[in-house]
Amino acid sequence: MVDLPKRRPDEVLVHAKEAPPAIEVARLNLWYGKFQALHDVDLTIKSGIVTALIGPSGCGKSTLLRSCNRINERLGYVTTTGTIKVLGEDIYGEQASRIQVRAHVGMVFQRPNPLPLSIRDNVLFGHRLHATRHSSRADEDGMVEQALREVLLWDRVKDRLQHKATGLSLEEQQKLCIARLLPTKPTVLLMDEPCSALDPEATSAVEDLIWDLRGHYSILIVTHNMAQARRASDECVFMLMGRVVEHSATEAMFVSPQQQQTSDYIEGRFG
Amino acid sequence: MTRTPTSTHDSLARELARRDAAWWRDLAARLAVSIGGVSTILFIVAIFAFIGSQGFEFAWNRLSWSELFFGTRWEPTVSPPTYGAWAMIAGTAWITAVAMLVAVPLSFCAAVYIGEFATGRRREWLKILVELLAAIPSVVWGVIGLQVFNPMIQSVFGVQIGLNVLNAGLILGLMAAPIMTTLAEDALKAVPDSYREAAEALGATRWQVIYKVVLPHARPGLSAAVLLGIGRAFGETIAVLMASGHTLMAPGSVFDSAATLTATIAAELGEAAVDSDHYQALFVLGLVLFFITFAINLLADRIVRGRRRS
Ligand SMILES: Nc1ncnc2c1ncn2[C@@H]1O[C@H](COP(=O)(O)OP(=O)(O)OP(=O)(O)O)[C@@H](O)[C@H]1O
Ligand SMILES: [Mg+2]
Repeated sequence: MVDLPKRRPDEVLVHAKEAPPAIEVARLNLWYGKFQALHDVDLTIKSGIVTALIGPSGCGKSTLLRSCNRINERLGYVTTTGTIKVLGEDIYGEQASRIQVRAHVGMVFQRPNPLPLSIRDNVLFGHRLHATRHSSRADEDGMVEQALREVLLWDRVKDRLQHKATGLSLEEQQKLCIARLLPTKPTVLLMDEPCSALDPEATSAVEDLIWDLRGHYSILIVTHNMAQARRASDECVFMLMGRVVEHSATEAMFVSPQQQQTSDYIEGRFG
Repeated sequence: MTRTPTSTHDSLARELARRDAAWWRDLAARLAVSIGGVSTILFIVAIFAFIGSQGFEFAWNRLSWSELFFGTRWEPTVSPPTYGAWAMIAGTAWITAVAMLVAVPLSFCAAVYIGEFATGRRREWLKILVELLAAIPSVVWGVIGLQVFNPMIQSVFGVQIGLNVLNAGLILGLMAAPIMTTLAEDALKAVPDSYREAAEALGATRWQVIYKVVLPHARPGLSAAVLLGIGRAFGETIAVLMASGHTLMAPGSVFDSAATLTATIAAELGEAAVDSDHYQALFVLGLVLFFITFAINLLADRIVRGRRRS
């Protein structure tokens, strides 16, 4: 761990302290069929910052992340107990519809997965699902431009918005996948190893982008890459065997981990 | 496996020249497979040549092609004989159209249910059932047309004759639906699951995922399924002969009886004297059928391939 953090926030964003937590997980247990993947997870993710989720392969990072927008329920054999609250609202509550949950909690996957539609239609896909009335062409154009500007893609694709999104480079695809979450104005962005399919240059471009989005959105990001966790997150959560072992400010975790398991993992003794 | 080290140059050369059992088996397998492959082509060419040769002399010397395609009278046995196949062409088109109106919604709904909603055992069972349906012999379908649909159509629509375009179209639609279901389901299965996941993660309902993402992406495969279903309906003979009423008149509505190209060939070939003009004219009809089916299959293939390349 020789490389120093690229940028380190000197102060936590001001409003982060007052806002309700972005995500509050309480006594979450999750089973895939009979296999229990999460054990009594309690976790509070603060608003407006980047929280990294680290841990060895198979420890349940993706599972926890995917529970936060209920995409896990695609699999018919998943059982969940406990609660997850987003901005204080129970997303597994009886009143909550998973369709609405997903509009407020966006998800970016490991492999960029733009839909086989035009760039423009990709950006508008989520919006069109949730819009209660028809938006004018001008409104949509504005939305597309704003979303693509936010992910620093506008200048590169503004002349080919009608082209298929699947023809973009992987980096552009991943940025587009972030952009298409934005028109529904989500509060939380979940990212599951968003850079692991990208080359080093693209990785750093996407990392920079994530860092730019910080403050506007609460971001929970899974990563395998310790250097990435260290330079691009405010807080860090270490998981092992379906449990949360340690949760602290990133700097603190890397400098003086409280648990033996954490320091073993950070120093590369396993995983 | 260890080999004895070769000490001299001579024995290495012998070793290299050795053909072991695996080498011979490979040769035999390659030969067998190539013979199989080449013979498919040979069969098609031979069938084409046979059909062509049987009707050639007549088609070349005495047949008027415009009369064949647009003539309304098919009277090979009166003198002078006329060979107008328009009634059969129209009958085939009508019946195929009705068949597709039945088969397309039926098979697409079944495919979407099997491919997108059913899971586990139920899905496997449904697939087996669909394949069983495809295996019902066509004469059984013909009997169903005669004995079940015939009286049903008479009483439901209050018409005199239940053996008509509607009956044959229903039968053909049901016959083509299983293979179309299987093909359509394959097309749906070829849509990567990551697309469904992406759309669902954006908040799409299952139905939105299907009509906004899955169906558009599967469209080439679905078109191919329809075309092959048309080919299937087109070439069917015995069931349609039994259910259509086999009347050599271009139908004006679905309640008219009709005749198809295939049924006419089947019904008349036995009566026509070998090498007579009538006999040869039937082979010309066969040739027309052959070309149409061939074109449909080629088109289906093009559609699927074109998509894969892009
Ligand atoms: N769809 C599934 N069906 C059954 N078991 C699963 C499924 N997905 C994950 N698991 C199991 O749940 C456990 C946690 O998996 P998960 O994918 O959350 O781990 P992870 O920490 O994201 O690992 P990685 O770093 O390799 O992505 C693993 O033991 C895995 O085998
Ligand atoms: Mg994972």
